[in-house]
Amino acid sequence: MKRTIPLLLAMSAGFVMIVAFFIPATLTWGEKVSIWFDILASIAFILGGGNLLKVQLKKISDKTAGWGYSVITVVAFLVMLFVGLTKFGVNPNPAFPAHGHWAGQYNEIGSPFWWLYEYMFKPLQATIFAMLAFYVASAAFRAFRAKNFEAILLLVTAFIILLGRTAAGVFLTDFISADSGFQGLRLENFTGYIMDVFNTAGNRAIMIGIALGTASVSLKILLGVDRSYLGSGEE
Amino acid sequence: MKRWLIVSIAANLIALAGPGTRAATAQGAAPAPPTNLTVADHPWDNGDSLDLKWELSPDDASLLNYQVFKALGQIGPVNQSPLEFELVGRVPPGTGEYQVSHVPAEIEKSVKDMESHRNLFSDPPLPEDPRKKVKLKVSYLFRVVAVAKDGAPSTSATTTEPFTPTREWFMGNRFSLSIITVIFCGAVIFWINRARKGKPIKVRKIAGLEAVDEAVGRATEMGRSILYVPGTQDINEIQTIASLAILSRVSKTAAEYDAKVEIPVARSLVMATARETVHAAYLAAGRPDAYNEDLIYYVTDEQFGYVAYLQGMMVREKPATCFYMGAFYAESLILAETGNSIGAIQIAGTAMPAQLPFFVAACDYTLIGEEFFAASAYLSGSAEELGSLKGQDVGKVMVAVLLLLGVLMATIATMADNATLQDWVTYLKEIILT
Repeated sequence: MKRTIPLLLAMSAGFVMIVAFFIPATLTWGEKVSIWFDILASIAFILGGGNLLKVQLKKISDKTAGWGYSVITVVAFLVMLFVGLTKFGVNPNPAFPAHGHWAGQYNEIGSPFWWLYEYMFKPLQATIFAMLAFYVASAAFRAFRAKNFEAILLLVTAFIILLGRTAAGVFLTDFISADSGFQGLRLENFTGYIMDVFNTAGNRAIMIGIALGTASVSLKILLGVDRSYLGSGEE
Repeated sequence: MKRWLIVSIAANLIALAGPGTRAATAQGAAPAPPTNLTVADHPWDNGDSLDLKWELSPDDASLLNYQVFKALGQIGPVNQSPLEFELVGRVPPGTGEYQVSHVPAEIEKSVKDMESHRNLFSDPPLPEDPRKKVKLKVSYLFRVVAVAKDGAPSTSATTTEPFTPTREWFMGNRFSLSIITVIFCGAVIFWINRARKGKPIKVRKIAGLEAVDEAVGRATEMGRSILYVPGTQDINEIQTIASLAILSRVSKTAAEYDAKVEIPVARSLVMATARETVHAAYLAAGRPDAYNEDLIYYVTDEQFGYVAYLQGMMVREKPATCFYMGAFYAESLILAETGNSIGAIQIAGTAMPAQLPFFVAACDYTLIGEEFFAASAYLSGSAEELGSLKGQDVGKVMVAVLLLLGVLMATIATMADNATLQDWVTYLKEIILT
């Protein structure tokens, strides 16, 4: 029963989504299924929040390596939750004066929640994202080592693409007239050619494989052939 | 009916006496108006499109464009004004038709992209553009005005009767797709049944999946943990489900080897599902006592918050093996490079084409697209699941045939300047491939 009901739910939701794609009268059914999922995911957030507290408090209690970070996590979580749920510092809504600050927007510009988001959360998020630039450099350094023929091909192609996307690339092949028969050799044009022809062809091959794989896996789940996501089939 | 005639006449009178006429008088001669404006229901749709047609203005050559207006017909309360015409589109000269509600797919996509990248707190909500939309069971009147190059509008051609769009039982523009779906699904089911009957199915070796046992074994030998990251998307993402199927196998192997698998997740529902999956895998391995649900825990829904946690955890605990299986975005390279820096053996699998190069550059093994989806069948070795892979090959044959057909038709249509073939190529590109 523990596996049959989730399986039936998954199957019926999946079939509704397929039918809704082709039959207009059932379009709203598909939308409803999506809304149900959103509701379910929202409720599950309580589960996640509870688990977060449990895990981090246990780390603090056990004084495991990096427990100080857990303290920061718990404090940040509770502060954000308190400020957001209580609408702390939110201005009252003039349209509903009787309700005080509860009728105000929790994310209005200048509110504590907005401030925490803009000046604490966003810079932290941007910092992690910015690290990507350094990781791209280190990964490129490793990937472009000319170890064999394929690696050399990759290196040369990457060099052309990188150069063609910069002002230096345009300047270097500026001597080739844009009206001549060799204009395709101008770096910016050659880069475009590589991206539009070779890159697109490779990308589409991968995309077709992904699309077929997605359809096949979905079908296996809808038919109940693949139940491994519910636990081992050997149970 | 009488009421509508009055409404229609009133609309024409307003058009004649409106600002357009005054502007024309002020700026120059007004062009001749378009004539015979007709409206018809768009066939085989959801009841949200109407097709307008009109005869071109005799001054068509000197026009800037035609402007199409719509007004609500009489449907609701009597005091609702049916005469508030609003501009829904501009049509270039030489064109005598317009589809109301038609929003090109690329525009729809760009709006969706804008919506998904919108900052919830600081950006204003995207304005919904209801102008082009027509709704089911609502009546509309339409008007078309020819506008001269100097901006002078003509008098209008107006529909005399309100028109209500109707819904058909099937989406006509998806008919080809439904045929392809039926053939593809039929092929998958056929091969699954064939495999059930015991017909042998050969599947090529996938290095990344062959390495799963080796990777788990390495972690056991080193006495370190295994990190399994099931992507950053929720359980409604097919890649996350495919990832959990692989997790089942990884957990079972880890249970047999007595290795520790740690699974921090970014979604609560994934946590709940992953716990069930891992628990069942430990039961199947005969080691239910070794199962520890605290090793499968929620971190945060926030992409970079999740990444920051994983990075810190990897640097501190130095897992011997890292699996990245699921849907990833910008975090893919950050995770894979961090894993690389601590010397972990890394196996990645995703169906996000933009992230594949990063995984290939930084991981030891990468499951590319369809290999990732084939992993569950490959690892389970179950005949019926392997049969589905064979069914996928039928899909590939269909795609290859369509590709060849399209290339041939496009080439011949261009060389022979054949309009019929060109129409077929357009149909293939805009209907079947869209």
